[in-house]
Amino acid sequence: MSAEPIRSSPTERAFITPEGVDLRLNIGDAGQRAAAFMLDAAIIVAVLAAFSLIIFFTGVGAVGAAGRAGAEMMAVIWLVVFFLLRNFYFTAFELSAAAATPGKRFMGLRVASRDGGRLRAESVFARNAMRELEVFLPLSVLFARAGEGGVDSWMYLLAFVWAGIFVFFPLFNKDRLRLGDLVGGTWVVRTPRRKLTRDMADDGASRLTVYDFTPAQIDAYGAKELHVLESVLRQGDRKTKRAVADRIATKIGWTRDPLQSDSDFLSAYYAALRGRLEEKLLMGVRRRDKHDV
Amino acid sequence: MTEARPSSLLKSQRFRQAREDDWRRLEQLMDKAEKGSAAKLTDAEILAVPVLYRSTLSALSVARETSLDQGLIDYLETLAARAYFFVYGSRATLQDRLASFFRHDWPRTVRSLWRETLVSAGLMLLGAVVAGWLVMHEPEWFYAFVPSDLGGGRDPAASTAALRATLDGADDANGLSVFAAFLFTHNAQVALLAFALGFALCLPTALLVLYNGATLGAFFALFASRGLGVELGGWLLIHGVTELFAVVLAGAAGLHIGWSVAFPGQMRRLDAAVEAGRTAGTVMGGVVVMLLLAGLLEGFGRQLITHTGARYAVAATTAVLWGLYFYAIRRETPHVR
Repeated sequence: MSAEPIRSSPTERAFITPEGVDLRLNIGDAGQRAAAFMLDAAIIVAVLAAFSLIIFFTGVGAVGAAGRAGAEMMAVIWLVVFFLLRNFYFTAFELSAAAATPGKRFMGLRVASRDGGRLRAESVFARNAMRELEVFLPLSVLFARAGEGGVDSWMYLLAFVWAGIFVFFPLFNKDRLRLGDLVGGTWVVRTPRRKLTRDMADDGASRLTVYDFTPAQIDAYGAKELHVLESVLRQGDRKTKRAVADRIATKIGWTRDPLQSDSDFLSAYYAALRGRLEEKLLMGVRRRDKHDV
Repeated sequence: MTEARPSSLLKSQRFRQAREDDWRRLEQLMDKAEKGSAAKLTDAEILAVPVLYRSTLSALSVARETSLDQGLIDYLETLAARAYFFVYGSRATLQDRLASFFRHDWPRTVRSLWRETLVSAGLMLLGAVVAGWLVMHEPEWFYAFVPSDLGGGRDPAASTAALRATLDGADDANGLSVFAAFLFTHNAQVALLAFALGFALCLPTALLVLYNGATLGAFFALFASRGLGVELGGWLLIHGVTELFAVVLAGAAGLHIGWSVAFPGQMRRLDAAVEAGRTAGTVMGGVVVMLLLAGLLEGFGRQLITHTGARYAVAATTAVLWGLYFYAIRRETPHVR
């Protein structure tokens, strides 16, 4: 009866803090992960493009001054910058306090240690060094020529399948772990920001004197219906409120005064139902939904 | 807010109203901390965070058991998670972490992988010796070991004079430094691959290290057959000591992971992989830096220093420096992570 409330989110995972409280974090799903990566890739490409332009314009000057050697120097610098971006972009951002690259931060994600401890530098190194296998190797396979038939094509196909396994690895496990996450002991969780919303019982509590529901009428529903009612009140859509108010009134046999608005009725019933259910909760009885007696 | 008589309020409403200010203050502090770094908070604020965090956490526990205000519980969950990551996250700056990494973590981990390092170095040497021997006897083998884009015109078909010219450095104007930078990024990716492939139970890593050695051996045999062995040694080793060492270490890191996954011992396979991954990850963090240094030596040092003796001197110096850095006995200073 007083078992854990059922939360039906498939991404929710237990995450116990050292204080022993389960934070019930949500892991980032495949779509968010992919979007975050695309953003990061776009940023890298944009930076590289901007840098190339700078190099090009200053490079033109250098060629005039130092001839061929100047141009070569520019090419070398370009290659080194590309190398730095490719290998340090992810690592540097994930080592920072936010533990997320700009793309991840935008998607409300961050890297966390799977064991609940603090995120260690070596985990970040490991998870990003594996990126070589997951992103850049498949890319180079993709751009490699398939050869002109014969054994080469078969090798190409094999390499392609093999690389594909790593790229789509996150889809084959429930925690959406990349190979890098697996080796680094990390996972990517969602840390959305949420504002403290208004307590929906604030409106209703004062109206309870007008709406005197009988105990039998209040006992018609459980916690699940209460939460539905809460979100209906929060969204405040007039048609929905009308429909819900009608259903509740029919169910509990409430004859409605035409002067009473749907909102008033619903918020009053919400406050009454919540008060009743919370009273029971204090006694250790959690009524999950209307079928749970 | 409606003015309700206190008695008409639900218990959960009163609970919320009594603590709301604390939560809002914590939220404010988190907003501030997440925008910049912990440095933006004053001392008093930093001291306040853990206290507020714990009270929020206990409020969350109570709310879950006594309140049915879903909006409140969701809010407390996200707030507690944000504060958790702040309180238990690393507050060390990137600089501190880097300093501790290069001072303690990296050399210590490299030392702990000495067995894998020996195996990896042995594999590379084996590849070099076998390929060298084969090319000595039948130059056609060269093409089997050296991909054409890496050779850059250095193959058995080239004349001795042309081969000698490629070693000189300063006087060649045919884009050698670009070629060097290309080689460097190529080698860096080889090293990273050697690490990443270790996950597949060592074999691909071993092959890659062998193959890398074979390329080297083939080059060496080609130049030695024209009497240019000593010069090639200088040309290669000036950066090669650093670079080959980096590749060997990357191979060792890969082998370590592969071995732990294949033979996890008492641990669960996944846990063994995580543990090995952390050790190997530490090694790899430094290997990338080594490769960068090697690239600088290759791109600039080799072009500026053309005397073979001087090149060997630089090579020997780097060898001694790396050896001392990793393997010299040092005073273990206790450090706090």
